[in-house]
This record gives sequence, structure tokens and C-alpha cells, in this order.
Amino acid sequence: MSDAVITVDQLNLDYKLGNRWLSALKDISFGIMPDEIHGLVGESGSGKSTLALAMMNFVAPNARITSGAVYLDGVDLLKKNSAEMRQIWGRDISLVPQDALAALNPSYTIGDQISEITRLHEGLSKRAAWDRAIEMLRQVRINDPKAIAQRYPHQLSGGMQQRVTIAMALSTHPRLLVLDEPTTALDVTTRAVIVDLFRELIRENHAAALYVSHNLGLVAQLCDRVTVLYGGEVMACAPVQELYKSPYHPYTISLLASLPHVTTGTETRLPTIEGVAPSLAERPHGCVFATRCPIAIDKCHTEKPPLEVVQGDRLIKCWRWREIATGEIVIDTSPKEHPMDTAPRAGVVLNANALNKEFDRPTLTDRLLMTGKRPVHAVDNVSVRIRQRSTLGLVGESGSGKTTLARLILGLETADSGTLELLDVPLDLTLGKRSKKALRDLQMVFQNPNDALNPFITVGGQLARTIQRLSMKPLTRAAIQTRVLELLNAVRLTDAYVSRFPAELSGGEKQRVAIARAFAADPALIVADEPTSALDVSVQSVILNLLKDLRAAKGASYLLISHDLDVVSYLADWIVVMYLGEIVEQGTVEQVYATPSHPYTEALISAIPVADPTVKRKAIRLGGEQPSPRNLPTGCRFHTRCPRKIGTICETTLPPYTDVGDGHFIRCHIPAEELIALQTSEPLTERKT
Amino acid sequence: MLRFLIRRLALLALTLLLTSIVIFALTQLLPGDVARVILGREAQPEALEALRVELGLNEPAPMQYLNWLTGFVSGNWGRSFTAGRPPIRPLVLERLGSSLQLAFVTLLISIPLSILLGLISGLNENKWIDSAISLFTLSVVGLPEFVTGLVLINVFALGLGWFPASSTAAPGAPLGEVIQQLILPAIAATFVLMAYVVRMTRAGVIDELKKPYVRTATLKGLPRRQVIIKHVLRNALLPTITVIALSFGWLIGGLIVIENVFSYSGLGRLMTTAVERKDIPLMQATVMVIIFFFALANLIADIAYAFLNPRIRLE
Repeated sequence: MSDAVITVDQLNLDYKLGNRWLSALKDISFGIMPDEIHGLVGESGSGKSTLALAMMNFVAPNARITSGAVYLDGVDLLKKNSAEMRQIWGRDISLVPQDALAALNPSYTIGDQISEITRLHEGLSKRAAWDRAIEMLRQVRINDPKAIAQRYPHQLSGGMQQRVTIAMALSTHPRLLVLDEPTTALDVTTRAVIVDLFRELIRENHAAALYVSHNLGLVAQLCDRVTVLYGGEVMACAPVQELYKSPYHPYTISLLASLPHVTTGTETRLPTIEGVAPSLAERPHGCVFATRCPIAIDKCHTEKPPLEVVQGDRLIKCWRWREIATGEIVIDTSPKEHPMDTAPRAGVVLNANALNKEFDRPTLTDRLLMTGKRPVHAVDNVSVRIRQRSTLGLVGESGSGKTTLARLILGLETADSGTLELLDVPLDLTLGKRSKKALRDLQMVFQNPNDALNPFITVGGQLARTIQRLSMKPLTRAAIQTRVLELLNAVRLTDAYVSRFPAELSGGEKQRVAIARAFAADPALIVADEPTSALDVSVQSVILNLLKDLRAAKGASYLLISHDLDVVSYLADWIVVMYLGEIVEQGTVEQVYATPSHPYTEALISAIPVADPTVKRKAIRLGGEQPSPRNLPTGCRFHTRCPRKIGTICETTLPPYTDVGDGHFIRCHIPAEELIALQTSEPLTERKT
Repeated sequence: MLRFLIRRLALLALTLLLTSIVIFALTQLLPGDVARVILGREAQPEALEALRVELGLNEPAPMQYLNWLTGFVSGNWGRSFTAGRPPIRPLVLERLGSSLQLAFVTLLISIPLSILLGLISGLNENKWIDSAISLFTLSVVGLPEFVTGLVLINVFALGLGWFPASSTAAPGAPLGEVIQQLILPAIAATFVLMAYVVRMTRAGVIDELKKPYVRTATLKGLPRRQVIIKHVLRNALLPTITVIALSFGWLIGGLIVIENVFSYSGLGRLMTTAVERKDIPLMQATVMVIIFFFALANLIADIAYAFLNPRIRLE
């Protein structure tokens, strides 16, 4: 690895917690070659961001590097003091940060912030640096760079902000680009465009790049080599094709298997990784993964395996990899059958008819001053129907109105017009006028379990309170206690959790408590808004399986909101796709994934990276920005971004909402037969040879 | 921006109008006959009646108010009730000048000092220097102004003799002398103001240091000094501006104790005298001027805030 751009050699880093120094990164070694995009994957707490920053010799005040070296072109960065590092930061190594808006200074223009770096490192004049900034903005495919340079960060969309950070990082042509989860906060469609851009720019600039991510699909599609981190240790490092084809390491194998995908029928369950990652304080003496490993033997628990160099350019840390490689042991990762009748029933739980919601309506002064202010059309004439014991999956980009629709149903917002029926009984649009029965029957699971639980009340206390409030008759203390334990067991938490506080739980455990709480009153419908997007991959599969089990056992229905079609399709039997407040397509999972589908749905599907480097999805990329819901496009709302636009009819005429067969509706001017012809002639996914 | 400005100016005018009504109503509630206050207990009924007619006291209250308001707006602020009946306007404006001088010197000392201390505190959160600064600023703000004022006079004027003990320079005295007289009262006022500004700056710096853009700036390779001054301080000072503006209003009209301790002839002292002597027109005029400056300082703070914060400016 002598010609590597950057080499990490036996790096160890400790964090100070209380009065103790705990090991967070242990004996990390790997390298990145010129022109290579190196993926660094791991779950939260695996130390991936810490490692990325440590490679820049940048550590938090409560952390210290205890031993090891990081060589940039053969020079050990860890021997340099901060003044020397300032010569390197921004010039030889640049960071593309996670949350672009937070990472840009709100008080300076985009142009100022980009030129700052070239003025510093290349001594450019103010004028020249500004011109370079504009040139960089053009390079990241920003259409009107001169105007954008004069704007402030908050005036740009998320995708644009992220383009600015990459323009900034590339403006000095660094040797190494460190990208720390740069697309996590973006929509799938925007993410796809940005990732394409990263790939092109990194190649054009002949930079080496470290791409930190928890998204195995993204890494498969973008990176050349991948390092898998677990518990602060390198588990495996291999060329991307080999890592995904023959993972060897039990952790990698389980992780890849736990990704949700379209499964036929509702009887299957995703394979999961049991348990939780060890905390820094309880790092085992043996292999860090041993406690969760399905094939761990005694040796794994007592002795740490070495990081072996195998097959020339792979690294692996496992006692049993040879047995896996030769096929002596096979880790069973096939989806588990679950024999339980879970087919949806005929009855309807919820019937929402022609719901409308506008926000920010013009006030009296606006009308008097004739400001021409228009309201935001959040939800426009939307009707959905959810059958008993079924899951309706609601997908769309942020701003599509999917969350507003859910809030209208829950009564958290009051619809302007429309009707709701819950179990064939009319449901008032206003929350305050709903009956207790209706409140019991409609529950919610939130996106972020950390915010959904009261930090000062024990798990048992939270559940007891909900049970008590929603009960139709007064309950005895003992009855409540029994019910609390019942609920905890239903979400597979032991009785011991009753007395724990939320801070003592992991993210996945908190979400289980939140789910248990939603089930406290045996609801008919649970609205789950992105219930797994804040969770790790391995935890996500556990939660998804749990939701599936509970649906079968309790007979509840779900309204599942997500921007990730793969998550939705694993759980849902009916999918509704929304764009700018309007339903553009709905149908069964099979119908939506197969042809014909609405061009927007097609773009959504193509934007999801497949966790297999040999499979390539057709790149349908939505150009331009999503129009503001204040100024809706005329005709078809999607025409400004539609890759299949057929002509002026799309701009002038509302498209028909057509049944293309068996209740599968598409809102498009293109006739179904033509859509089928278009979409089958160039299939969405293909296997690279 | 223009719309914002017009709206704020209209609001300023409305504030002044409403307060003028309140002040006028309050003066009406004061017991006693104004004419008798001016002419004394032994005055003849005819003389009293003549004065009442002259002052318009026999007219209904709303008329009196309107007369007073039109007079005030057109620059006729009336005459004081004190002996000799001097016109009010020159008196108030002269005192205003003195108050502005003191306020200016105080801000000149207190703002850089407080921001510097706040910055040092924030950069060294929970270290000994932070605790020391907190202890110092909080203990001086806790002491009443007459205590700090007297201590300052005893040490620096009577003890060391660096500054005069009272600040009674005649108008038109040389600038050096004026400033020398202003230093001690300005320090006393700084002691009161400092704690707020230091706390605000400290909190702002600590908050901003945690923001990811600071890391971005550091990893650009910028020198620490530039990261702190250009990036951190720029954002950390935004909330401090409002506190400074409010303190400006207080410096104009609220320095009653300090002005008395140092025998300084500012608006605060003028107002107390007016109240003591039931000099109603003088009271009205001083209060209006003080409120005007309070409102003006707030307006300037809002404009400065909007100007420095693009997120507000470009709404």
C-alpha cells in the first residue's frame, strides 16, 4: 500500500467518559488508493465518523489518539501540530459534512464561504477567489452560479446546499475528500442526483475519497472498496464486488440479509441480527461481534481474532472466515416463514374522502395590500381507504403532503374539507370533537423515538398512563400492571424494562416502547410516520418484523409513511404515491413495482440504490427543483420534472386519473399501453456483465 | 426591508402617542391644584383664576391633552412651574445632551469590555477564568449603584485623586475635563450593565461553538483567531445587540441613583426634581424624551439585528 494516498496504521483512539478513558477505535488499518472511492460503513456507534475525522487528525476535545499513524503521501499526520494541520486542512484534505445547512455559516453568502478557502490556501485576491467560487458552483452543475453565489445558505434547497459543500471541498483540488454521510438528510430523488454528481466529480478531479455511510445500497453503487466497521474495529475490507458477492464475515452477511425488500406474501420475516452492539464500556475481550454472531464459538468470546490480509487485497477479522469461504458453514439468511393468517380482511377501517388542507392562507392585510400571496396547497382532494388488517404505504418526497395527510387523519391538523369514516362511523375532522372510542382506535408511532418518550417517566409509567387514559372504565392498579407487562412482552422486551428510563434504552428499544404504547388500547389503525428512518439497518429489520407480527396477532391496520419504497413495500399491501399534495398513483405493491407505473413512481424506484454492485438501476433522475406548493404548476403538477413529458398537453391539461386495471390508478396523460411499452423496452434494473 | 422600516416607524409613533396619553392621564390624577402649587398658599383667588385660564386648566381634560400634544409636537413644551417659569425645552435638551454624553462614554467602555469578558468566558467554559469572570460580574451587578459609586469616589477620587469626586463641569468646559468627569459614573453604570452583556455573549459563544459550521471553518484550515472572530462571534453577538439597545434606553433615563451620587446633571436627575416639585409639564417632557429614546434604541436594535442576520433580513 505504499502508493496509497492515505494509510491508517494501527490507529487507536479513546474517549473520556466520566473519569475513564474508553477505547472507541481499536487497531484500525486500511488505505485508500488514488482515484479510489472508499466506503466506510457501520451502524451508529461503530465509530465511523470518529475515524473519518481522526484521519484528518481532528479529534473531539474529550478524545485522544493513543497510538498509530495516519500517513498522507507517506507523511504521518498525527505527528503534526495544529498550526501544521491548518496547512493541510482545506488544501490536501477536505471534508464534505453531513448536514449542509448546519455546516454552512448562516451569516455569510455562499460565494464568501467558498472563496474564503482559496484566498487562504492559494492566496487569491478577493476578486479572483470569487470568480473561482462561481466556477466551482458551475462545476457542481448549479445553473445560475452568479446569483447563487450571492445567496445565503438558508435560501437554498437541501440538494443545493449539499452541492455548495462539495464545491467548497473541491475548490482547492484536495488529495483526499472525506464525505461524512453527505446525503443522509436528503430525499431519495435528490440523493440519487447528488450521488451521481459525487461520482463524476471525484473521477474528474482524480481525488481519493472516503465515503462514510450507513446505507449499504449507496455504498454498493458508489464505492470501489469498502471497509466495514463494527464496535470501533475493522471487520472486513474488500473490493466492493467481492464484499457483496462473498461477504465472508458473519456481520457483513447478516447486515446485507437484513435489508428490507419486496417479499411475496405477508408470511415471511426478514432475517435479523439479535441483540445490540456493545457499548464502549463493555467492550468484550474476544471478538466484538461475538455476542451477536450466529456462529460464534468459545474461542470468539475469549480471544480477539487478528485482522488478516487474505486473497491479496482483502482484510478480514474473524476466526471462522475460512469455514465460511469454503462453504463448510452456511449462515442461514433466508427469510423466515411465519405461519399465521395475516391476509387483509374485507372490512374497511378508514375511509378518507376528498380531504383538503391549505396552510398559510392570505390574511386580511394581505388581501388589503393585494400582496398576491397564495396559500400552500398541502393536501389536495385526497381520498384513501384502508382495509382491516392491512397496511397502506404512503410514499413521496418531502413536501409531497404525506405527513400532512396523516396528521389530518389523526386530527392533529383539521382538514379544510372532506370527510372521514373510522370503522364505518363518521369521524369528526376536529380532534376535540372526536369520541374517546375514536381516540382509542387511532394511534401513532413517531419517527424519532428519542422525542416521543418522556425522558423523566419510566417505561412502565408511560405505558400505564396511556392505558389508564384510554381505558373506557376505571382500572385497578393490578390490572394496569398486567396489561403493561403484556404489552412489553408483545414487543419482546422483558419485564425488567418496566422500571427503566428512556435514556437507558437503545434507539430500537425506545421505538419498541413507542410501538407498545400505540397498541395500549388495541387500536384499529396505527399511523407510523417513518418509524425506522432514525434506526440502524440491523434494528430496522427487527422493528419491521415486529410490526408485521403485531399486525397478524392484534389485527390492527397501519398507515405507513416513508420516503423509502423498499421499507414500505416490505410491509404494505397497498401503496399510495403522492406528489405535491396529490395522489399520482395507487395500487398493490406488485402493481406499483411492475409496469405501467407513473413516471414519478418510476423515478422514485430508480433512485433507490440496490445493495448489489452488479445490479444497475436505470438512472432516471429528476432534474430541477420540486416546485413550491404555493405556486403549483399548471396542467400535470409533475410536468416540470417529468422525464416522460409528451408535450404541451402536460402543461395545460389536468391529466386523467385512470384505472389501468384492478383498481390500480395512475394520473398521467400517457395511455397505459404506451407506458407499458416505454417501460418494458428499457427495464428499470439490469445486471452488469 | 422598506416595508419593515415603515411598519416599525409607524409602531414607534404609536408607542409615543399611547405613552403620552398614559402620562397625561396620570398627571391628571395627581392631587392638588396646579395654580396653587405655582403661586403658593397665600395667592389671591383672582390671580389663581387668571393663571388657570392662562394654563388652560379650566378646559375639559381631552382638550387640555390636545393642546399639550399639539404644543409638544410643534416644539412648544411649555414653561416650568418653578420660580421664574423658565421654558422647558432648552432645559430638557441641555440635560439630554449631558445624558447622551454619559451614555456614550459608558457604552464605549462597557460594550468592548463586556464582549471581551463574555468571549473569554465562553471560550473557556467552566474553567477557572470563566468562573472568575462570572463571580466578578455577578457580584458587581448585585451591589447597589450608590455603594459602587461611593466606593469609586472614595478610592479613585478622594484616595488616588485621579478623577474629580463630582461631575459638575459647566457647559462648554474643555473636552478632556468633561471626559475625565464622566469616567467614574460611566464605570459605575458599566458595573450594572456588564453582567447582562457578558452573560449573553458567553451563552452565545458557547452555543455557536457547538454548531457544525465552526468545524467546517476549522477544517478549511482557517487560523483559530479567524474562526472565532469571523465565524463564531459574528453569530454569537446577534442576541447581545438587543440587550445593548435596552441598556442604552436605561442609560438615558434610568441613571437616577448614579447621577445623584456623582451630582451629574442628566435627565434622570431632572425627572426626579420634577416629580418632587410636582412640576407637571417638566415631568411630561422628560418622560416623553426618555421614552422616545427607549423606543428609538429598540428600533435601531431591530434594524441592526435584521441587517446582521440574513435569515431575518431576507424574509
